[in-house]
Amino acid sequence: MNGPFDFALALGDDALIAAQRLGDWTSRAPEMEEDVALTNIALDQLGAARLLLTYAGELEGAGRDEDALAYLRDDREFRNCLLVELPNGDFAVTVAKLFFLSAYQLPLYAALAGCGDERLAAIGAKARKESAYHLDHASLWVRRLGDGTAESHRRMQAAVDQVWPYVHELFAPFPGAPVDPTTLRAAFDAAVDPVLAEATLARPADGWAPAGGRDGLHTEHLSYLLTEMQVLHRAHPGAQW
Amino acid sequence: MYGNDFPAPDDAPGGGLLGEVAAAEAALREAAARRRGRAPDPDTDLEAYFADVIDADQKIEPRDWMPEAYRKTLIRQIAQHAHSEIIGMQPEGNWISRAPSLKRKAILLAKVQDEAGHGLYLYAAAETLGISRDELVRLLLDGRQKYSSIFNYPTLTWADVGVIGWLVDGAAIVNQVPLCRCSYGPYARAMIRVCKEESFHQRQGYEILHVLAHGTPDQKAMAQDAVDRWWYPSLAMFGPPDGDSTHSAQSMAWKIKRFSNDELRQRFVDMCVQQAEILGLTLPDPALRWNDERQAYDYTQPDYDELMRVIKGQGPCNRQRMEHRRHAHADGAWVREAATAYAANQAEKKEKVAA
Repeated sequence: MNGPFDFALALGDDALIAAQRLGDWTSRAPEMEEDVALTNIALDQLGAARLLLTYAGELEGAGRDEDALAYLRDDREFRNCLLVELPNGDFAVTVAKLFFLSAYQLPLYAALAGCGDERLAAIGAKARKESAYHLDHASLWVRRLGDGTAESHRRMQAAVDQVWPYVHELFAPFPGAPVDPTTLRAAFDAAVDPVLAEATLARPADGWAPAGGRDGLHTEHLSYLLTEMQVLHRAHPGAQW
Repeated sequence: MYGNDFPAPDDAPGGGLLGEVAAAEAALREAAARRRGRAPDPDTDLEAYFADVIDADQKIEPRDWMPEAYRKTLIRQIAQHAHSEIIGMQPEGNWISRAPSLKRKAILLAKVQDEAGHGLYLYAAAETLGISRDELVRLLLDGRQKYSSIFNYPTLTWADVGVIGWLVDGAAIVNQVPLCRCSYGPYARAMIRVCKEESFHQRQGYEILHVLAHGTPDQKAMAQDAVDRWWYPSLAMFGPPDGDSTHSAQSMAWKIKRFSNDELRQRFVDMCVQQAEILGLTLPDPALRWNDERQAYDYTQPDYDELMRVIKGQGPCNRQRMEHRRHAHADGAWVREAATAYAANQAEKKEKVAA
């Protein structure tokens, strides 16, 4: 196992799969302003994914570029966390996913910005600013939906309950990585707990903690996502686009 | 500018038209400078004053008096344009999930996002005429206002994304560049901004096609097939021939419109011929040839009966596009209600703190 390569690949896959899911909201968002915002966040995630996958390819030294890594691996070779591959669900589920993901990515990228690997530090420095905006945006919606109408409260609580178990995987130890994910949990809790409280939402109890994404053991959803994402690229082997 | 991370090919289209946008922008600034300190007296004949402003190529602004028919025409046109941007997100959005490289995915996401932005900007321009965005959205969803018929055609392959950029955005720009000089100020200003972004989109679409046309035989065939399917619908975007156009004469007199449908269509054809040659793709018109006398290309007219059928709802995707929009709107209702309720809660809390 090559720590920096595996880590860059895992973070790149997180961002790529998150972008793919968010991109599905384009032209479907609850209001036009939100169409712009969700597409913007998808673009940020995709931008980070491209930088991370390109760097992962260089670390690997086998001649794979961002597209070879994105389009020519099967689901067992993807290293993203399970959280990002979960289906979009309703808007509340998407908000819950984005809220937890950005509350993890913000301290992660901040720590990366100070790590010894220059390239990862530069990527972290760029991405942390974007994550801060994602967290702000998601937090605003958690509060609006949690403390909005009875219907939105019910949906937001259900979404938090549904997504919460997938949070634990984010903070599992990652041997050889330049940042130890276990150290990010405190910052995550500090970002999440007050927003949930303000939104009049209950923080779910810890218990079931599905994992396996970092080892290539995914949910059944990922294979479908990849099939759609990769279909055109794979239909024309070796073609330029 | 997001996603525009490749150099422009030297033969990229759009240069001349962008110059016209810049000229319109300068003219708009000059008109604004001339206008200063020139308000009508209370006993001025408003109708005559309005006619003077139009004659002098000055701009009508939201606070100015205007004939009711002028207001209605503008609302209809700007709203139709805004609806087109919003519905137009669908055919291209159809390929976001399957874009064949990460770079193309980023460019496409950014483009569709720009369209949402244009829609918002245009709805805001329409709102200066005294109608709300909610009302306009309702008119669209009820089928009482239209959007551009071109979006009722399906995007069947990746090459369609390129052709939409090249031909559809290209036709839109030819249509919209003269609108940068429209007599209604907010619309003219909106059009200047929109045209600048559209010209990026057109270049990106052209670039997609250029790569396909110079790629594998399958890719080239894909590009030609897309051009074959989109050429005539793109020509139809300029509307019915001048003799059959119902709104044109009055709009020309009001300086909302500056050129006739057929003039703009000709301009578009003349622009595309050379670009198609550079791409190495064939425009599907055996009658296409240079006419030395007219100093323009002769070409085959699109099927206007087909255009009328599509306008009336019989296009391949009319129902699908509207259903998609209605679905998104209905699915989002609980979210919008929550946002409104939350804002009210917060305002109430603030009042309590203040008291």
